[in-house]
Amino acid sequence: MDVVFKKPHALTDAPLHYCPGCTHGIVHRLVAEVLDELGVEGKAVGVASVGCSVMSYNYFGCDMVQAPHGRAQAVATGLRRALPDGVIFTYQGDGDLAAIGTAETVHAATRGENITVIFINNAIYGMTGGQMAPTSLPNQITQTTPYGRDVNSAGFPVRVCEMLSTLDGVALAQRVTVDSVKNVKIAKAAIKKAFQNQIEGKGYSIVEVLSTCPTNWGLSPVDALQWLRDNMIPYYPLGVYKDADKRDNMKGDKE
Amino acid sequence: MADKVLMKGNEALAEAAIQAGCHHFFGYPITPQTELAAYMAKRMPKIGGTYLQAESEIAAINMVLGASAAGVRAMTSSSSPGISLKGEGISYMAGSDLPALIINVQRGGPGLGGIQPSQADYWQATKALGHGDFQVLVFAPSTVQEMVDLVQGAFDMADKYRMPAMILADGMLGQMMEPVVLPEKSEKEPIAKPWASCGHKGEREHNIVNSLYLTPNALENLVKERYERYETIKKNEQMAEEYLTEDAELILVAYGASSRVAKGAVNKAREKGLKVGLIRPITLWPFPTDAIKRAASHAKALLTVEMSMGQMVDDVKLACEQKLPVHFYGRTGGIIPTPKEILAEIERLMA
Repeated sequence: MDVVFKKPHALTDAPLHYCPGCTHGIVHRLVAEVLDELGVEGKAVGVASVGCSVMSYNYFGCDMVQAPHGRAQAVATGLRRALPDGVIFTYQGDGDLAAIGTAETVHAATRGENITVIFINNAIYGMTGGQMAPTSLPNQITQTTPYGRDVNSAGFPVRVCEMLSTLDGVALAQRVTVDSVKNVKIAKAAIKKAFQNQIEGKGYSIVEVLSTCPTNWGLSPVDALQWLRDNMIPYYPLGVYKDADKRDNMKGDKE
Repeated sequence: MADKVLMKGNEALAEAAIQAGCHHFFGYPITPQTELAAYMAKRMPKIGGTYLQAESEIAAINMVLGASAAGVRAMTSSSSPGISLKGEGISYMAGSDLPALIINVQRGGPGLGGIQPSQADYWQATKALGHGDFQVLVFAPSTVQEMVDLVQGAFDMADKYRMPAMILADGMLGQMMEPVVLPEKSEKEPIAKPWASCGHKGEREHNIVNSLYLTPNALENLVKERYERYETIKKNEQMAEEYLTEDAELILVAYGASSRVAKGAVNKAREKGLKVGLIRPITLWPFPTDAIKRAASHAKALLTVEMSMGQMVDDVKLACEQKLPVHFYGRTGGIIPTPKEILAEIERLMA
């Protein structure tokens, strides 16, 4: 019998611990498929961050390092410099990347650190039980914004791709989601490009994946996807914010 | 034999690290360790190594973590306030069994403190560099030559025992110039690191460098295994210089910069016919309890001399099992005690 569907080699057999309906599983699979297709699992080193995806070190079949909260891109920088031929990626959530790890993120990006960053933005802290994230939307109810995120006291959400797209070191900044087959295909192409950029030495590539957290949003998986479409995508428009292959508008005319 | 060259302590430390095979340095500017980073910035590009000025001390130590996880020799250097920021990364490295060299060129504290030499990070280095049950190897050189000589061993022991090592210097040692003989490039084969996350090449199971253990029994077992290693280290790796201790009635205990002054005071006391000696811990962790115990068997009293409010006193008391009085003389805030002050204290105690 022909095998028509199988697990990517770069995913281990460990059962995922994610909640039903969480989109981490899809993104894990996409990353693993890309590692397979590019044939780089053997020289890849992934950096797991702190948050729901901390145990991604058990799921990706390549070598893995677990970083302190927010420090994944600093750890990836150390790996990058130590392993010139390695394929180095981080897998981080919004709290890790855009709150406690903002400095590490901005500076890895502006250095043009030749790494691939997979950024899961689900607008909430999942692992600790649903607190406000740097990307929680205005008026979004979370455990620590029980009356809704009041931008007058809690400030505004961070738009990471927009912010990083102003930096010269960034080769690719693209926001995708995985709410439909079409969008999953776009997400995979973006992730693949983000790894290809690294292999070709083009510099820092980040793919932000708008994701769901049905458990902490208090929604069914299907309703969560609809909430993402209705609320997140308008605030965080999908698209390519910077692609060094295609435009040079951030670098001025002389380059 | 290699020629003597005149070097600043900070620069000598850097060159010694390069000769020990460390080609990856990550740092952040802070006084009084700056010359070390500047030296690395000059040298590393010439040898194909990495000098990277990070955005913070926190990022720098985590870059060290990443490089070390990949299996290469990596280091960072800082001064007291910066070391506090590195504490998180050091705890994670200890929890992930990662070797590295961390240099602390101490200055006065707490807070921003001052920029003059100090030894007020003794507790931090030996007891609480970060959260959790762990130790790091701590070496305390007292001359520029010794700064050079300890580096290779610090890297080797960090690799052997799979833990971070620290050289606890101070602003005086870092800034002073002395003639040194630099080591030859190490010919030793680097120790194999089969645990490193450097790409499995399809030849083995994936390696995971990690400090998260959600099962309490697993975490307890791991910490206990680490503490067995620590016991081996305590037994085998204590280092101390014993100076004129054999017939001494009063023995000074001092390390690093303050030990140089203490030695001067001991010599002056001897000229006056006072039977005084010095124990100079070279490893602060493991603490040289054996040397202190030997002293306790015949001396009448101990006097610790420090550039702090007496952070080492408890360790000396424990080491001599409180069998004899342990006195303390120290200056803090960036002040180096003078031989005269220490001699006066010796004379007061022996009167």
